[in-house]
Order: sequence, then structure tokens, then C-alpha cells
Amino acid sequence: MSTVTSHVEVPAGVSLPIYMDNHATSPLDPRVLEAMLPYFTSKFGNAASRNHSFGWEAEQAVETAREQIARLIGASAKEIIFTSGATESNNLAIKGIAEMYRERGNHIITQVTEHKAILDTCKRLEKHGYRVTYLPVKADGLIDMDDLKRAMDEKTILVSIMAANNETGVLQPIAEIGKLCHQKGVLFHTDAVQAVGKVPINVIADNIDVLSLSGHKLYGPKGVGALYVRRRNPRVQIAAQIDGGGHERGMRSGTLNVPGIVGLGKACQIAFEEMDSEAAYLRGLRDRLRNKLESELDYVQVNGSWEHRLPGNLNMSFVYVEGESLLMGINDVAVSSGSACTSATLEPSYVLKALGLGDDVAHSSIRFGLGRFNTQAEVDYVAAKVIDIVKHLRELSPLYEMVKEGIDLTKIQWAAH
Amino acid sequence: MAYSDKVIDHYNNPRNVGQLDKSSTEVGTGLVGAPECGDVMRLQIRVNPETQVIEEAKFKTFGCGSAIASSSLATEWIKGRTVDDALAIKNTDIVKELSLPPVKIHCSVLAEDAIRAAIGDWKKKNSVAEAAEVTAATAAH
Repeated sequence: MSTVTSHVEVPAGVSLPIYMDNHATSPLDPRVLEAMLPYFTSKFGNAASRNHSFGWEAEQAVETAREQIARLIGASAKEIIFTSGATESNNLAIKGIAEMYRERGNHIITQVTEHKAILDTCKRLEKHGYRVTYLPVKADGLIDMDDLKRAMDEKTILVSIMAANNETGVLQPIAEIGKLCHQKGVLFHTDAVQAVGKVPINVIADNIDVLSLSGHKLYGPKGVGALYVRRRNPRVQIAAQIDGGGHERGMRSGTLNVPGIVGLGKACQIAFEEMDSEAAYLRGLRDRLRNKLESELDYVQVNGSWEHRLPGNLNMSFVYVEGESLLMGINDVAVSSGSACTSATLEPSYVLKALGLGDDVAHSSIRFGLGRFNTQAEVDYVAAKVIDIVKHLRELSPLYEMVKEGIDLTKIQWAAH
Repeated sequence: MAYSDKVIDHYNNPRNVGQLDKSSTEVGTGLVGAPECGDVMRLQIRVNPETQVIEEAKFKTFGCGSAIASSSLATEWIKGRTVDDALAIKNTDIVKELSLPPVKIHCSVLAEDAIRAAIGDWKKKNSVAEAAEVTAATAAH
């Protein structure tokens, strides 16, 4: 198989391919792996075994992890329920609350740029007699608080708004949302998968009632996540969605994934200790990447709010260049595109479209997800490579040529196919 | 997605990139696709009025690697053919040559459309019969 040629030299200390897709998943931190290893071998006990030391040892490890997770989000250990990941946490939160609070009301409010784990869960509930309001977002990706106020009625039981978006990195005003929900007596769930360990979150200060998080987005293992469920002011009740041995305060049956839980706990402990310095480091890398790209290329735009954004996220459109062709040219760099051509559905990103981007601009988007293990040398290489390929593809782009000649592309009668 | 060597070769070294003078009566221009669909191809031909042979072909494409390769290949194939011979090129020929997967077949369809649209434009300019028919077929796609 031949490869795409490039004129960009690989600097010393950079090995290819470069991973810059940390919103999809993050590499396991070696310190996390080290903490996990004994729980695959000698410390293999079932945390539910109450009558021997193997069980006690496992239970102790699980309780330590619960403390580590709770501390990162300002909760208490008893409020942490372990799950298989954020998709399960989101399903459990929304379906569990909908079922438990059915007599109080049947209305749920969420918003259009949520992850499919939220949107598809809500769609299913709509088939079972629930009413769901999907709030729009503004051009910067944030919801309008007035829209949220207006959407609430006497039947509203739950508001579910994500903390940070997985494509644009846009941070929703969760503290304001939480405050409003508590004033109105409505439960507030947040899918905080992308935000936990990246930006400060405190369930007390932010008035969060239920929160989903996942191990593998913060340098922990895959297949483990958690759900924070508030125990007082108010005490949140969730109907279990999996029946069995009544583990996790009856909310989630199933033998605990002890090594995974230990890893998640360790990942949260590291994040708690290093979040501030890491955020500053990632912001520096991200700004450097943006500045380099913008200094060399015209017709580029950042998608979503710059101010309210995860430190490691840069979502940019390279207008008049199609995203998949750009990915093809930078195939030694792992990033994502909002282009339809990279998805199974052949539809461009619904998240970017919700921000009001035209399909053509959404097709041109690239998501750079910087993480703990990225270096400045990698950023410099990626910037040079993207610039090289965008210039090559714009030489081929009839749209770029037409715009350069002063033709208004919106005035052309395109034959849609 | 894994690309075939031929797609990568056309992506790296696209043939016949550029533009011809649209206003010339010898030049036919086809602009197909739409930016919101993620594919736009512009294919141009310069036809010898005596022989009806396509002496020059140029393209520019906004689209994925397969779209770029399909249009690049199309320019290679039509050069030196008469317009009637060029019309015989089918999208399935392009699929076969580039080993396009099913999800990329629309790229080859667009390249065939671009050939037809360019020839249709040239025929219209030169009042060659059937021009209206070809243009209509392209527009309907």
C-alpha cells in the first residue's frame, strides 16, 4: 500500500503515528496501569464476598476508588455508583429517574448537541409516554438560559445538559443550570464525561444531582464508569435498569469490575492533583496549534465558543477543503472530522449543524483533541502537516479558486445529488 | 478507510489540475455536485472543432480522496478521445479501475456526470444536436 507523500519532516523525538483524538478515548496512564495490575492477579477477590480476606481486600480497593472519584467532583463516597461506562451511566440516570418520578411528571428537558447516549435514550422514553424538549444551542454552542426557563413546566422532572461537548469542547453553564433547577425543584443530570478531570466540577457548588463519568476519557481504563447520585438536598432515587444481586445500593446489580474501578479511582486521583497544571499545559499547546494554522491559512474558523471550551479541544473548519480528504493527507495523525464521508450515515456532524454551520463548513471540520501525553514537537509537526495538505487540497479545490476570484458561492445553482 | 494504491496515487499526484478559458467556444465546462453534499467537481475540455477530439482536459475537485481520484482519472481517460468516445465512459469503469468501495460509488457517478456536463456545455456552445438531452439528464441527477 502506498502512502500519501508529504514534504514535512518529522522532528526528533516525535514518533508516528501521533495520537491527537483524546475526546474519543485517551491512553491509559502508566500509573493507572500499575495500580490496576495486582487486581487482575493476586487480588482477584469479589468485592461482594463478605466472609474472607479476598473479598475484603477487593472491597477495600473499591471503597478507596469511590473516595478518589468523589473527591474529584466534590461528592461523598456513598454517592458514587459504578457502571460499565458513560453510556450505561446516562441510560441509568435518565431511564431510572423517568421511571422513579413518573407520578410527579413526564417532561424531560435536554438539548440538541448531547451525545447519542442521551438523545437516543430520550427518544426511547418518548415512545413510552414521556415528553422531551430538545433545546437549541446558540452559534457559540451554548444553550440560552431563557430557553431553559421557558421550557420548564409543572410536569418537568429532569433537565439533562452535558458539561462539555465531545466534538466542540464547548462548556455549558452547568452552575447556572443547576441553580435554576434547584430553584424550580427539578432534578439536574449532567453528562460530564468530557469535563471530569479536565475542568473543575463540584456537585455541591454546581447544584448537580446526577452526573455521568467514564474511565477511558481521563486516562483510565475502558469498560468502567460511574454515576454520581445525590443523597441529600434532595435525595435522588433511581430505578435500577439491571436486576440482580442488588449491588451498588440496589441501583446497579452485577459483580464489580474491581481492576477497572481501581484504575478509574487512580485516574481521578491523578486528575485531582494535576488538573490545574495540565489544563494550563494543554491550553498552551492548543493555542499554539491554532495560532500556527491561522497564521498560514486563510478561510479557517474555530467552531464553537473559544472562551467556554475544554483546554484540550480545537475544532476547526478548513473551508473549501473536504474533511475526509484532509484526514487522508494527514494519515499519520489521529484526529476526527465532522465530515459526512467519515461517518456511516453520510450526514455531516449534527453537533456542528446545530451551531448553524452550513453542511459545507461542517464537511471541512477537524477535531483536534489534545491530551496529557501530547508534546509541543508533536503540535508543531501536526500544524506543519495540516498546513501542507490544506494548501495542496486548495490547489485542487474549485470552490477555493472561485472564492479567490470573487465569486459568491451562495449565488450558484448547485445541482444537489 | 483503506484506500487503493491508485486512489492514493491520484491524490498525491493529481493529473491535469487547472482551468481552461470558459469563454472559449472550444471549451466545455461541467460543474457538478454541491458544497453541502461534500463534493464539487469542475471538469473542462478543449475540443478540436475539426476532429471533435478532446485535446485538453482539466479538473478541480472539492471532495474526498475518492472524488479527487475519480475526476483525475476521468481527465486522463477522456484526453485524446472524441467527444462521442468520451461519452462511452461509465462510472462502473472508474469504480473498477480505482477499486472504489460501495460507499464511494457516488464519487464515480459524479465523475461521469462531470464528463457529460462538460461535453453537454461544449455541444450547446457549438449547437451540436442532442445537447439539450444530455444537459437535461445531468441536471436531473
